[in-house]
Amino acid sequence: MIKRFVVGTFEEEKVLFPAVKNVRRAGYKIHDVYTPYPVHHLDKALGLRETSLHTMGFIYGLTGTLIALGGMGWIFAVDWPLNIGGKPHFPLPAYIPITFELTVLLSAVGMTLTYCWLNQMMPGVKKHHFSPRATDDAFVMVIELMEKSNEDEIKAFLRDNGAIDINTQVAEEGWWFGRYDQEQKLYRTEEPVIES
Amino acid sequence: MENSFVTPANYKKWYNAFMGVGALTLILGIVFLHPWAGSHGDNLNSTRFWAVLLQNSLYWLLLVNVAVFFIVISTLSMGGWQEAFRRVTEAVGSLLPVMAVITLLIMLCIILGHRTDIYLWLDKDTVSHDKILSVKKGFLNPYMYIVFSVIVMGAWTYIGKKLNKFSRETDEMGPMDFDTSRKWNNRNMAWSAYYLVLYVLSIGSLAPWLWMMSLEPHWYSTLYSWYTFASTFVAGMALITLFVIYFKNQGQLEYVNKEHLQDLGKYIFAFSIFWTYLWFDQFMLIWYGNIPEETIHFKIRMQGPYAGLFYLNLILNFIAPFLIFMKRSTKRNYTIVTFMAAAIVFGHWLDFYQMVMPGTVAKSPHLSWFEFGIALGFIGIIMRGVAKFAEKTPMTALNSPFLKESIVHEV
Repeated sequence: MIKRFVVGTFEEEKVLFPAVKNVRRAGYKIHDVYTPYPVHHLDKALGLRETSLHTMGFIYGLTGTLIALGGMGWIFAVDWPLNIGGKPHFPLPAYIPITFELTVLLSAVGMTLTYCWLNQMMPGVKKHHFSPRATDDAFVMVIELMEKSNEDEIKAFLRDNGAIDINTQVAEEGWWFGRYDQEQKLYRTEEPVIES
Repeated sequence: MENSFVTPANYKKWYNAFMGVGALTLILGIVFLHPWAGSHGDNLNSTRFWAVLLQNSLYWLLLVNVAVFFIVISTLSMGGWQEAFRRVTEAVGSLLPVMAVITLLIMLCIILGHRTDIYLWLDKDTVSHDKILSVKKGFLNPYMYIVFSVIVMGAWTYIGKKLNKFSRETDEMGPMDFDTSRKWNNRNMAWSAYYLVLYVLSIGSLAPWLWMMSLEPHWYSTLYSWYTFASTFVAGMALITLFVIYFKNQGQLEYVNKEHLQDLGKYIFAFSIFWTYLWFDQFMLIWYGNIPEETIHFKIRMQGPYAGLFYLNLILNFIAPFLIFMKRSTKRNYTIVTFMAAAIVFGHWLDFYQMVMPGTVAKSPHLSWFEFGIALGFIGIIMRGVAKFAEKTPMTALNSPFLKESIVHEV
């Protein structure tokens, strides 16, 4: 969905934190804060919920365990029982390494894909860059403009809280497949779309 | 917050009670179990007496040794997060000389008392007629046993004291500048490195073979030492965690918070899995090969009187910590961590019980007053030693160069 955003750039962590707090208290909707490196406690300041990645990891792992045990059990004990070295038809100790490997494989691959999905990253996936400095030396706070938001008021608010280089951008909020240059051109040169 | 510890009367009462129980059990054991009855004949009570003492002394010795090992590895890896509770680790490690003396006394009694029911290889006559044992004669003999034990335990104690002294020095030094702290750290690192080499050569290979695997001298497993190491390491971390929580409850350890607790929980979680990995490694290869002289080790444990303990061991030491400590919120909960740490210390005590007993009292194991009484005695000694250390030493090393890293630690 194409939305309008106010983008403020901060140069220091100790300015960023009170700003995040104030912006949230004022009731503006923070789209995201982009930082060049992981900033401790920022997730808590932003009020982000705990990730569900590990729960999914457990479910994927359990699936792997069940697939391995069920698969081998069905093949060697039910469908085609063979006498292998006089061992029982369901030799659990012999199955453990394979079960372990499949558990690890499924949880690792599953969690990688889930991680990509949650972060909207994938080979070929593009997202709008709000400021090139976000990967270099600055902290970029992006506030989403809602129907009733007052753009000038937000800009002034950000300036009061120590932001520099404040601007408005119209951009696709999610991710898309394709090339950067085309997409950037599409949204940058057009007149801002005012949503009624 | 206070940085000087005064032992509460309640705590004193408990450790005195535990030590009293231990002493009483020992006396009752001497009276009723006839420890000097000699190893000939089928006097299993006599065997039981020495086997229990050996199991407990080795277990608690290796547990307090883990505390020193933990300091060593965190020093060598330039870890900072443990600095907030480092003194607790040192307090547990300070028991090393006491435990070493107790263990050596018990070992000397067994060797000089010629207890062939404990160590079969002490019997020269059997050894000379036994093809396997006569090959191992160079390693399994009384001189090797005593000399090795004395040297290894002496070196552990010496380096442990040295590292402790370096840490105590910081209290008088005041805040360090860059050059001083670098010098201090380098010296710490050098001695830690010596200790690590010694530790790997002893716990990582020779010591468990000599002290415990030789209880069943015909059987061998190269993995045995690592398995023992994993067992003691996870139990030692659980013991440290228990004391960290205790001192935190007493208003000590100002900078320890849930972040440190979670990392301790992670240690227990990870090394429980590591222990299972080694346990299974040893088990599966023997199970798969199915060679009689190897499977004899598991036959008595899986099908004999130890069968219940064998599976309880896996549940207590793998399944329970694996499922309970998997979630972040349980690792940050003081009650659950306390409960699990205590369960793991007990679980690995049972693990040691299984390592020692089948090779000594074999088919008639007991798990009653004598076993638990002696264990309580050792717990009392450890509790007392930690409290005595804590009374003399500030529990937060305020001048440690790594302390800040520990304060801002976040996971």
